[in-house]
Amino acid sequence: MATTPAPAARRAEPGMRGGSRVRRAFASASVPLLFALLCAAGIWIAHLGPEFLLRELLSRFARNALLVTALLIPVLAGLGLNFGIVIGAMAGQIGAILVTYWNVGGIGGFALAIAIATPLAILFGLATGALFNASKGREMVTGFIAGYFANGLYQLLFLFAVGSVIPWHAPHMLLPQGYGLRNTVDLLGIQYALDDLIKVRITLEGSPVRVPVVTFALIGLMCAFNVFFQRTKLGQELRAMGQDPGVAATAGIPVDRNRVIATVLSTVFAAWGQLFFLQNLGTLNTYSSHEQVGIFAIAALLVSGATVSRATVWQALMGTLLFHTLFVVSPLAGKALAGDAQIGEYFRVFVAYAVITVALVLYAWQVKQGKR
Amino acid sequence: MSTPVLELKNITKSYDANAVLKGVSLAVQPGSVHALVGENGAGKSTLMNILFGMPVIRESGGFGGDVLLGGAPVRFAAPVDAMAAGIGMVHQEFMLIPGFTIAENIKLNREPTRPTLASRVFGRKLERLDLAVVRADARAALDRVGLGIDEWLPMAGLPVGHMQFVEIAREVDKKHVRLLIFDEPTAVLTESEATRLLDVMRSLASEGLGILFITHRLDEVMEVASEITVLRDGEVAARLDPRKTSAIEIAEKMVGRPAGAVGHARRAAADGGTPKLEIHDLTVEMPGERVEGVTLTLEKGEVLGLAGLAGHGKVGVANGLMGLFPARGRVLKDGKPFALNDPRAAIRSGLAFVSEDRRGAGILPDESIELNIAITAIEAQGRFLRPGPIPALRLLDGPAVRAHALERMRALDIRSTGPRQVVKRLSGGNQQKVCLARAMTLEPDTMLVSEPTRGIDVGAKQLVIDILRSLNRERGMTLLVTSSELAELRVICDRIAIVYRGRIVAMLPPDAPDATFGLAMAGEAEAAAHV
Amino acid sequence: MSERAIEPRAEGPAESRAGRSGMVAVVREHLREIGIPRFLIGLFLLLLFAVAVLTKMDLPSLITDCVLRIGRNGILVLALLPAVQGGVGLNFGLPLGIVCGLLGCVVTLNASVGGWAGLGLATLLGIVFAIPVGLGYGWLLNRTRGQEMMVGTYLGFSIVSGMSIFWTMAPFRNPELVWAIGGKGLRTTLTLTNSFDKLLDKLGAFQIAGVTIPTGTLVLFAAACVMVSLFFRTRMGITISAARSNPRFALACGISDQRTRVQATLFSTVLAAIGIVVFCQSYGFVQLYTAPLLMAFPAVACLLIGGASVDRATLVHVIIGTVLFQSILTVALPVTSQVVQGDFSETARLIIQNGMILYALTRKGSR
Repeated sequence: MATTPAPAARRAEPGMRGGSRVRRAFASASVPLLFALLCAAGIWIAHLGPEFLLRELLSRFARNALLVTALLIPVLAGLGLNFGIVIGAMAGQIGAILVTYWNVGGIGGFALAIAIATPLAILFGLATGALFNASKGREMVTGFIAGYFANGLYQLLFLFAVGSVIPWHAPHMLLPQGYGLRNTVDLLGIQYALDDLIKVRITLEGSPVRVPVVTFALIGLMCAFNVFFQRTKLGQELRAMGQDPGVAATAGIPVDRNRVIATVLSTVFAAWGQLFFLQNLGTLNTYSSHEQVGIFAIAALLVSGATVSRATVWQALMGTLLFHTLFVVSPLAGKALAGDAQIGEYFRVFVAYAVITVALVLYAWQVKQGKR
Repeated sequence: MSTPVLELKNITKSYDANAVLKGVSLAVQPGSVHALVGENGAGKSTLMNILFGMPVIRESGGFGGDVLLGGAPVRFAAPVDAMAAGIGMVHQEFMLIPGFTIAENIKLNREPTRPTLASRVFGRKLERLDLAVVRADARAALDRVGLGIDEWLPMAGLPVGHMQFVEIAREVDKKHVRLLIFDEPTAVLTESEATRLLDVMRSLASEGLGILFITHRLDEVMEVASEITVLRDGEVAARLDPRKTSAIEIAEKMVGRPAGAVGHARRAAADGGTPKLEIHDLTVEMPGERVEGVTLTLEKGEVLGLAGLAGHGKVGVANGLMGLFPARGRVLKDGKPFALNDPRAAIRSGLAFVSEDRRGAGILPDESIELNIAITAIEAQGRFLRPGPIPALRLLDGPAVRAHALERMRALDIRSTGPRQVVKRLSGGNQQKVCLARAMTLEPDTMLVSEPTRGIDVGAKQLVIDILRSLNRERGMTLLVTSSELAELRVICDRIAIVYRGRIVAMLPPDAPDATFGLAMAGEAEAAAHV
Repeated sequence: MSERAIEPRAEGPAESRAGRSGMVAVVREHLREIGIPRFLIGLFLLLLFAVAVLTKMDLPSLITDCVLRIGRNGILVLALLPAVQGGVGLNFGLPLGIVCGLLGCVVTLNASVGGWAGLGLATLLGIVFAIPVGLGYGWLLNRTRGQEMMVGTYLGFSIVSGMSIFWTMAPFRNPELVWAIGGKGLRTTLTLTNSFDKLLDKLGAFQIAGVTIPTGTLVLFAAACVMVSLFFRTRMGITISAARSNPRFALACGISDQRTRVQATLFSTVLAAIGIVVFCQSYGFVQLYTAPLLMAFPAVACLLIGGASVDRATLVHVIIGTVLFQSILTVALPVTSQVVQGDFSETARLIIQNGMILYALTRKGSR
């Protein structure tokens, strides 16, 4: 654009993207390496065998991977880490609750849950996207707080409105006072609906272990979609926005609208991800299932070496594996080391928080350097 | 005579009370290079903003006159519309994404795509990019501008000269482009790159494009332009034919005559006393206004002006001296060594600064007038404080601040609702007076004033000039005045130094011929000396 | 040559109000200043009190509880003020200072120092710990400009969970503090009944119209407010405010806004440490482990409800906000429990608190 009547315009300087490629590659490899080492140490301390690990990871990976991939598109678009995927998770839960209420089970029930959750998630995504557009530069805090706010609304709905203002003809799902959903709701209807669509078992440590092939296939499909997406027109637009929203806007890319689209996609995938999670777990902790979703998924992504501004599909998958390995190993290592599993539990939460803190600090560092 | 590609008819534009464009008309013929020359503040940027439909124009009251593209009247609501209509612009600020490849930058938001399964269901946005065509198009565009590098190289790390050519390649790739605007394109190029760019310009014109070449490089204008329009103070000062004119004439027309008489009685130069400031080889890293080795002597009691085109570093000198940007060099004040890169030391040694960036660095917008006036003295000189409940703890002396502010407000005629009014609500002129009041509160012996009358209405302008003059005449204060308005410098200064590309290229008396000023500012120092 | 008229300028607020009655205009202007969420919150509080009166609840005891909670939380909210005034934004990293104060309490309790000496020692230790922590935090915030809120939040989370490990393993052995079985590892909640429980609350407490006023705590809160206000009239305080107001201008005066931000953060962290000691004293318990995790948010909400924004806060905002929000939190549960079963006040808190913060984040500001 022509220089506006303001003083000293910014000039492009050669080598604007600070840091050589080699340095960046090293930095992004060192983080997962560190974690792999940490896991290895824990495994060794707790004397855990590969069969045990495999058994745990099969189910954990299946139920968590999709949630982590839901974070990829906002990172691409420059929205940073979408702490608002909690809101998508809630949409998924609503689907699960309704399906259980209507007693629709099996894969049909699961499909119905998806069908209910998706439009809800689109709506929630539109709202969250609007919030992001109103808070440019601080999307991550906004998403973070919006998650808590939405949680309040969710509680209002399910703790007070259900059964009182909203008629509910399934008293076994309600609290003793006659309204409000119980703290735990069994999802027996849709449990393993996806995982066992094609029943495959392998034997580990002497007993049969479920291998959720359909779930894995769908996760693979989602990964393929993410890769494909990056090569589409929309993907290219998001990439441009993520790198330099000013230039993108000048080129005519509808930045604000695309930010909302990216948020909607993320929220919908998070809703599906939460349903994948719930159908594997089989139980819904009505008021807490979704709370840690954001933190654990984000920590999982970051553990792979992904950053606030750059995350690939491989990193999402690898990060899920690494993080959940640590998750399993930590309390067991704590027990072996200090006789107290509790320490291990604190440790894994600490790791999750610390990983996110470091990623945020690095991001702020980078932004500061790039802008100056 | 064919239909002009672009015709501007009687364009007028005012920002508040300031008339920035007062009826500008010009026409760009297809296949020609039309040069638009003028000092900064002449109105070139505003003209471009209007042409491109920048929102700032609409938001500040719109404009008058007509814009015709290919004979048809147009009015653009946004840059995107201008681009769609066939106007391309090669900016001063590169609109390039470092993390993308050259080809991706060239085709940004215009990438050729192919349908996919997903796009048939969800819409065109999910078509995949046809990378082969992207690369081919980019290759063709790069060849057209004579840049041979690999189109799949990442943008980051490219030398600035190459970036400029990629910008051009992007515009040229737009199939329907009819008018290409170059805004100071050779500013960052080496000599050979600049020559190549002029060749590209010529060859593009020969393909039928109309080219609008905004520049102040008179030698380039003479080399490549077929028509020249000189803009001065928002009006067309001259339309020249390069075959019949000279750089000197262009320079003369750019500068023009000041409103009032210039020849005023000048006091004798320093009566053999120590100079106030001796500056040796000063370099300042101020983004956009680099100083590359300025050597200057500021005599006691004189008013020295610094003039030059925007981006050439005149503003950087004062900023560097006051420690606002990293500076190197040797400076003596009153014969003693002067510490650079230390704002507090600068103030303590008797310097005061009125910044050109009033909004950004000149005021505390949310604070009161009285605090604004006193704050630098509080910070750098520890004044306006009194002992608090514990003698060691010193608190703000409210009454003293108030009394001083009232006195200053009266002396400088600052119009407001009272000393407690928040400064951001004042008019530009009154804000500037607050800045002056603050500088004067420091009781300096030397004042560095940058762009003293920028963005101020005519009445306040005169008052500010008078204040500066009285500071010099009645208090003997030494002044270094930096300004884009040559006219006002010629009115108040004893000598005027011309800055070009970060160096002093000429030291002129205020009554030197217009052409001399024009040529010096345009970098033709030798030609200037022969006028 | 055709002449096109200059496009009309956008109408300013004065012009758009022409033709409407003056009264409505004034109300409208005030509403816009207050903001809809604050207005609604104020209304909600009035509603709660109205219900309380109508259902003939024990109003004096309700008000007593309100005043208690205001005094209890006051300094924690005040701790946010230096950070906002210093240009660091909303200090979501309050748990850092809180943890320092908690450590001070634990060490004091472990040494079985009780009464006024205990209170004094806990506060002193809290300040001593908070100084290096505040300096380090300030340094980090300088490196992470633009992301202070997120960094503060997650740094706070990390430290609190790291401290959880510490509480489990630390060498505290006082039998009143550790788990009975095993004799190692601090309990989740430590009582202060044998130490400095409610010392300040009871100091000079008096009754008025059936309401008990915790004079000591309130006086301390007032004193802290005065101290903060005085601070911002000292040279250092003025410097800090100027640096926030316009960092480039401050540079021209020779002020380094790196230094002022660290000073502001230090002040904030120290106040937080003091604030939590006062809180524990009033509450009667020291809550360790995950309790401090979310403590920043109610404090931030208090400040915002009082009228502050992300860039600007004053003492008035601290006081009004604490009064409003803490009153709602106090009154909501007893009032609503007459009508609904289940902890409606918790849900209300989630909605009001986070809704308020969300509102503040989505305002157009300088950051």
